[in-house]
Amino acid sequence: MKRRQFIRVGSYGAAGAAVAGGLTTDWYGRYGNPIADPGTDGDRVVPSFCELCFWKCGILAHVKDGRVTKIKGNPKDPLSNGHLCPRGAGGTGLLYDPDRLKKPMIRRDERGSQVFEEVSWDAALNEVGENFERIKAEHGAGALALFSHGYGGSWMKHLFKAYGSPNIAAPSYAQCRGPREVGFDLTFGSGIGSPENTDIRNARCLVLIGSHLGENMHNTQVQDFADAIRNGADIITVDPRHSVAASKSRWWLPIKPGTDTALLLAWMNVIIGEGLYDREYIETYAYGFEQLAEHVKAFTPEWAYPRTGIEPDVIRRTARAMGAARPATLVHPGRHVTWYGDDTQRSRAIAILNALLGSWGRKGGFFVPSHLSIPPYEYPGYLPHDDQAADRPAPSDFPLADQVLAQGVCDATIPGVVGDSRIKAWMVYGSNLPTTLPDPENTFKAIQELDFLVTVDVLPAEIVGWSDVVLPEATYLERCDELYAPWWREPYVAVRQEVVPPMYDSKPGWWIARELGSRIGLPEFFPWKDSEEYAKTRLEAAGLDCDVMREDGVIVGKPGPLYFEEGALPEFYTDSGKIELYSPRLAALGFDPMPTYDHSALEEPPEGYYRLLFGRAPVHTFGRTTNNRLLSEVYRENEVWVNRDVARRWGLEDGERVFLQNQDGKRSSFSAPVKVTGRIRPDAVYVVHGYGRRAPKLRFVHGKGIDDNELITRYKVDPIMGGTGMNVNFVTFLRADAEEVA
Amino acid sequence: MSAVSYGMVVDTRTCVACAACVIACKTENDVADGFSRDWIFTATSGSFPNLEMEIRSERCNHCEDAPCVSVCPTGASHYGPGGTVQVTESKCTGCKACIAACPYDARFIDPRTGSIDKCTFCVHRVENGTPTTACQEVCPTKSIYFGDLADPESEVSRLLQERQAYALLPDAGTRPKHFFLK
Ligand code: SF4
Ligand code: SF4
Ligand code: SF4
Repeated sequence: MKRRQFIRVGSYGAAGAAVAGGLTTDWYGRYGNPIADPGTDGDRVVPSFCELCFWKCGILAHVKDGRVTKIKGNPKDPLSNGHLCPRGAGGTGLLYDPDRLKKPMIRRDERGSQVFEEVSWDAALNEVGENFERIKAEHGAGALALFSHGYGGSWMKHLFKAYGSPNIAAPSYAQCRGPREVGFDLTFGSGIGSPENTDIRNARCLVLIGSHLGENMHNTQVQDFADAIRNGADIITVDPRHSVAASKSRWWLPIKPGTDTALLLAWMNVIIGEGLYDREYIETYAYGFEQLAEHVKAFTPEWAYPRTGIEPDVIRRTARAMGAARPATLVHPGRHVTWYGDDTQRSRAIAILNALLGSWGRKGGFFVPSHLSIPPYEYPGYLPHDDQAADRPAPSDFPLADQVLAQGVCDATIPGVVGDSRIKAWMVYGSNLPTTLPDPENTFKAIQELDFLVTVDVLPAEIVGWSDVVLPEATYLERCDELYAPWWREPYVAVRQEVVPPMYDSKPGWWIARELGSRIGLPEFFPWKDSEEYAKTRLEAAGLDCDVMREDGVIVGKPGPLYFEEGALPEFYTDSGKIELYSPRLAALGFDPMPTYDHSALEEPPEGYYRLLFGRAPVHTFGRTTNNRLLSEVYRENEVWVNRDVARRWGLEDGERVFLQNQDGKRSSFSAPVKVTGRIRPDAVYVVHGYGRRAPKLRFVHGKGIDDNELITRYKVDPIMGGTGMNVNFVTFLRADAEEVA
Repeated sequence: MSAVSYGMVVDTRTCVACAACVIACKTENDVADGFSRDWIFTATSGSFPNLEMEIRSERCNHCEDAPCVSVCPTGASHYGPGGTVQVTESKCTGCKACIAACPYDARFIDPRTGSIDKCTFCVHRVENGTPTTACQEVCPTKSIYFGDLADPESEVSRLLQERQAYALLPDAGTRPKHFFLK
């Protein structure tokens, strides 16, 4: 009963794992009844790092008879520590996905018609090379834009820098983490980065604001989260949904969506008003405390209550819990934070709260990371170009955006939207724009305007169907990539190695970039024989042992001091050299120097509509894994979480299928079952992102569930850095039998 | 006590229902597509906003009085190393008597062989020099503990002494060796 509820029967076709007979061996008859060894231990075990998400955990891939049988965590790797999340453990489901792109293809009918001809690599690369050269000659290098997500994208970014285009965009900035980076940078003079320098494992009080650790499975953070639970940390979770993290918390604050900044201001009010803050830390390191104290005076818990729905008493008691545990109180900065368009200011409020608690640079707060410096491979310097990125109408727009805005590049492709529509062609590497950028209709409009679109991908995602040329990349298990040396607890470097040779006619990204480079007159930028030689040269230049690297997958250096109290330097790269509670920089640009909260800007759902919220299932990295048949045995379709009372009002049964329709009349392409639950507020619904896929060649996931992104026809742009706040749409239910009606 | 008695303890306080244990078991044990030897159970109680949720990673309980063993007509289901409950594929006729007898729904027919499959407590590992089960090894929250219940010094024994724990369907008379920490 229970198991069958959770594990649904799926079929896997050609991707099926090893055969039962033949591989099994009866390993000793000691017990009369021999027990079969499943025989999945590899005759080779190759260390590498994972790419089922972007955390990059160290893995050990077992290979038997040329097949990857299983993937384990690499105990030597500082991110996995020998453990994996379900996605990492299910990497073979990607490698052996029968829907993988197998050969290069060129479009042979109108764009989007999905009529392709399989061609040789030579023909495909020539086509791409000719178009790149033509675009440059006719419109300049800046007319070609790159969208990229994933570690293999480093080769394409290099190609684009050599080519001379400033339009290199990643949706992981303006559609995800950007506001957090800017908010923390404004406050502490450095961003958070990835992997986050959050010292969760040592926190004695952990505050999660819309950050659902446990459903969001960034491995090390979840490992540390479990440590925090074991250590008895006081956990406070702020979320409109009773997340898994909320279920582990002493406090669950089911906040009204969009009002988080009001709560943060009220917490500051209590923490300053009751003298709970770290006076010495603030006096030594912070700038603008008087202004802040004055500023938050009005934001009492009683002021916040009608806005947030969180009772004053709860606000006070949680603030005191934070104060009691400081400096080991971590107010987690979150990761996907583009919610309401005021996200930089909300991230600022989180940063300021951490500063008041003295947690930055302190044990149980934010550690001071270190990293191994690896000299670059020698190649000629990029050619100078003074071209500005085309992602915003004027350089003064979104003044603190320090990366290119992906939605801006998309807009700059459509005549009349951003100035003179300078973008004529795209390369899209591993980033499925129609499910990533808000308002997909707009994305399709831009695609129709393009002179040329080439995608490099592993799976036939939506964007692939719209391309002129499709280049099938080898998966992470079939290629060697750039070295990975992140800023982390201990300095280290990890290598991604080819575990098995590329299947079908797929090729690794480094090879694709180099071949394109040589076709467009830039061979000198690719002097390496292959990515292995590239990695080896860099490692040797750093004085590291390549044999150890090959054997272990990682080389870990000596950790430096992690906290100020251990001797880490309290350096703040702000203009004042201090933690800026009051930001002169924001003031000079005409923005609020300290976060405020404007309740009148918060739109209420129309009658019968509910705010659309989206998030993650632990087995999936949004649409990148929902076609993975192995992972989908655990979660194969998203559900619409509906509050029990709301469901009763609508007469919706648990499991009944509905379509969602948003405030602009946009209806979801597909339906999904309703999950009737007490675990969500009555004013919101929730779905896991990455479903409702329209790409027909994703044969497994096509048509399953609802794509929230289709319903995100509106978004609010953060004026400070251009992030797209996407939690501003409202949906209503259409019963699945309404399909014929609509 | 002298004989080894393997048992498992799962900490429900730290388990996050991620199902890495399910995926790792599937690849370690080459489990048939569409089936799994372990699974996640979640139960929510209360109503908005006063809720509690319990999460468990569950599998065969390797009962000391296993109804599947007593009901098996061919002796395919039997007690194996460390008092685990095992199935010998070559002796199993696929009659499903054990599926009906198991109160935990831990067993299924592997469609590739037509015989019973279920959790083995990874005896191919733990009896062969690898001290961990695959589900335990992968678990990012380290919520799964495995060891010798007969050894009072083992980690599993100590956890059962120090923390509040329960087994599933304790009244079914099966004497399960799989426990959950509250
Ligand atoms: S968190 Fe999971 S998916 Fe991401 S890199 Fe680590 S194991 Fe892979
Ligand atoms: S892997 Fe660990 S945390 Fe994840 S569901 Fe299994 S027992 Fe729970
Ligand atoms: S002990 Fe082994 S067989 Fe049993 S559920 Fe865990 S991994 Fe699977």
